Amino acid sequence: MRVKRILSAEKQSTNQNEVDLSQITSLIQKYKTKKGNIIPLLQGTQNLYGFVPRKAFLKISEEANIPLNDLYGVATFYAQFRLNPVGKHIVKVCHGTACHVQNATAISIALEEALNIKDGETTPDNLFTLESVACLGCCSLAPVMMIGDDTFGKLSGKSAVNIIKEIKMKENN
Amino acid sequence: MEKTQVLVGLASCGIAAGAGKVYDKILDIRQAEKLDFSVKRTGCIGMCYREPLIEVIDATGSYLYGDVDENKALEIVEKHVKSGEPVKEYIVFTDLFKTEDNEFIEGQVKIALRNCGVIDPEDINEYETRGGYKAISGLVEGKVTPEAVIQNVIDSGIRGRGGGGFPTGTKWKFAYNSKSDVKYIICNADEGDPGAFMDRSVLEGDPHSVLEGMTIAAYAIGASDGVIYCRAEYPLAIKRLNIAIEQSKKKGYLGKNIFGKEGFNFDIYVKEGAGAFVCGEETALMASVEGKRGMPRKRPPFPAVSGLWKQPTNINNVETFANIPSIILNGPQSFNCYGTEKSKGTKVFALTGKIKRGGLVEVPMGITIREVIFKLGGGIQNNKKFKAVQMGGPSGGCIPEFLADTIIDYDSVNATGAIMGSGGMVVMDETTCMVDMARFFLDFTQKESCGKCTFCRIGTKRMLEILTRICEGEGKEGDIEMLEELAVHIKNTSLCGLGQTAPNPVITSLKYFRNEFEAHINNKKCPAGTCKKLLTYTVIADKCTGCTVCAKNCSVNAISGERKQPHFINQDACIKCGVCYNKCKFEAISLT
Ligand SMILES: Cc1cc2nc3c(=O)[nH]c(=O)nc-3n(C[C@H](O)[C@H](O)[C@H](O)COP(=O)(O)O)c2cc1C
Ligand code: FES
Repeated sequence: MRVKRILSAEKQSTNQNEVDLSQITSLIQKYKTKKGNIIPLLQGTQNLYGFVPRKAFLKISEEANIPLNDLYGVATFYAQFRLNPVGKHIVKVCHGTACHVQNATAISIALEEALNIKDGETTPDNLFTLESVACLGCCSLAPVMMIGDDTFGKLSGKSAVNIIKEIKMKENN
Repeated sequence: MEKTQVLVGLASCGIAAGAGKVYDKILDIRQAEKLDFSVKRTGCIGMCYREPLIEVIDATGSYLYGDVDENKALEIVEKHVKSGEPVKEYIVFTDLFKTEDNEFIEGQVKIALRNCGVIDPEDINEYETRGGYKAISGLVEGKVTPEAVIQNVIDSGIRGRGGGGFPTGTKWKFAYNSKSDVKYIICNADEGDPGAFMDRSVLEGDPHSVLEGMTIAAYAIGASDGVIYCRAEYPLAIKRLNIAIEQSKKKGYLGKNIFGKEGFNFDIYVKEGAGAFVCGEETALMASVEGKRGMPRKRPPFPAVSGLWKQPTNINNVETFANIPSIILNGPQSFNCYGTEKSKGTKVFALTGKIKRGGLVEVPMGITIREVIFKLGGGIQNNKKFKAVQMGGPSGGCIPEFLADTIIDYDSVNATGAIMGSGGMVVMDETTCMVDMARFFLDFTQKESCGKCTFCRIGTKRMLEILTRICEGEGKEGDIEMLEELAVHIKNTSLCGLGQTAPNPVITSLKYFRNEFEAHINNKKCPAGTCKKLLTYTVIADKCTGCTVCAKNCSVNAISGERKQPHFINQDACIKCGVCYNKCKFEAISLT
């Protein structure tokens, strides 16, 4: 079972100030009366902020009249929902069967070392978040990773790190 | 004379290999030199090991080029398209002469994949010129009864391709017999097995075949709404499905009074998954469509009686639906002429892992595993030794080399302890540790357990802990017996297929590779040389240049030596983290 927790109010408060909650008002209006609306509401919120902020839960619950525990229940059930802010580029390293057999672990280790963060963490400059996922559907190119919408295959630790470096260089220019 | 055609394989795998750049390059040349040939995008032809692939079709025949990059594309246009001289050394397949990749294509029979890699998936007209939508329009025009349609599906002998293998026609009959004004058709495109991509290729390469299959099911059981539940990791599949749905609506193939028939209403929308393996299970999937946590529930009632929003629902897999139009159009015998007595037709497999020709193949049931791996797949990479093949993903098991002559049908594969599953075949060689694989799958199912059943939630966790311990050299006597005991309890006390099958990878590994478990536990050795903590790291003096990189990076200062002199690893201090091995530029660290 996946265990996810929402950060305490104090811990999230610094980021909370940056979140403009009025952005989700129209989203709530759109889905308020639809059945089966919890997942689309959370997906919509995450699309706006990159994660589902603590305060957004409260607002959705109140305005769409959904018990808070239903919202939390769904948000913590699915791997897709993030409860904490993420970096600009999300690096998804595949750890599906085919990639595992082709040593995906080496890719993760190389990236963890290069970015100096662990799986699931975000770099201090907020550029990269490292995640591991199960199968991106490009198994014959294993090992594989995905950054944004781009998939990279037949990786080695070195080539994976080079891809990150390139993105970093572009960002710094 | 027909214009020369250039097809570029633009499925996710092709794009990841760089096909997008090749496509743009070819368009650029055509534009710059004002050349007269047509360029089109197509899906995955299955030869993923040769991506990017382009096919040139001219008056003399068709030529498939592999491993194409921008420069090769330029050369191919220059020599072949402009001057009519095929570039022989890049050709991987053609009807005109034999190539080394012939066997990969020749052993296949394409029904579900009939259009993949042939048509432009974003153009409904191309699907129609290949007989698309003729099956459903034929049913409507001929006023064929739903019973007759269902009988055809039953006669074809097709069984669900999502893993369960339940006869599709029988399932349709149940849903047909449930009386209700509202019924649903669901297409299961969650493709949860990590290491398989059959459904993705169909959705990206031929989305209309799935839509038509669903529409035929709707006609047969009397459904008015369809949902495709597609995993979010497949953005291109979702995009192409939405394009296909739009085009079908415009043509009056989806919506109200479709195919000109008063009262035949059927609409489809795509529902994006949110990342949970268990949502591939049908009752969990429906809970997820309803916006809830994807927890499976008890059956009965089966979906055919009470499914989505408590209405009768028929749920099938992508590949199952993709086969349907062909079965209806060409008759049940066009399908059941292939296969074995109880497993008819063809099956798509995703060949991955340590195989030479990794990719997608569609083969008749009844072929042996050995034929698929050695004939079509070309054997093992780097001529290593074939050890096992994993079938059925987290619910399946590893079939050892000595059972490679097992024929592929539901019952024969089940007899080995693995399952047919959805079609993933992950090939392993002598360097793959079976204990580590068992640990890998338990790690997966443990994370993906929804937590409802105690043994599935906690039992898998305990199994994972034991397996991790064994891999790290901390295995104890009694561990194997404890694994076996937990496996039985988890199987017996879980509600859904996830828990009921979660111990399978461990059970089959213990059955066929028990000696590897024992080597880990008793001798603290990993025979495959995979489990890091069980290896000994030593410096190969001849190769060591004394660059000191290893010593500098060793976090426990276990490496000593003078600059420019061979270094030495103190085995008592070594924690086997592997950093020296990864850092050494001279391959001077050996693992034994
Ligand atoms: C844990 C679990 C995961 C499953 N995942 C999938 C999946 O990803 N895709 C799929 O088609 N069927 C999956 N199934 C099987 C479905 O429950 C269902 O049997 C299938 O979609 C029916 O379609 P079919 O008869 O055409 O195979 C899964 C079952 C279980 C128990
Ligand atoms: S296992 Fe990595 S892409 Fe499928």
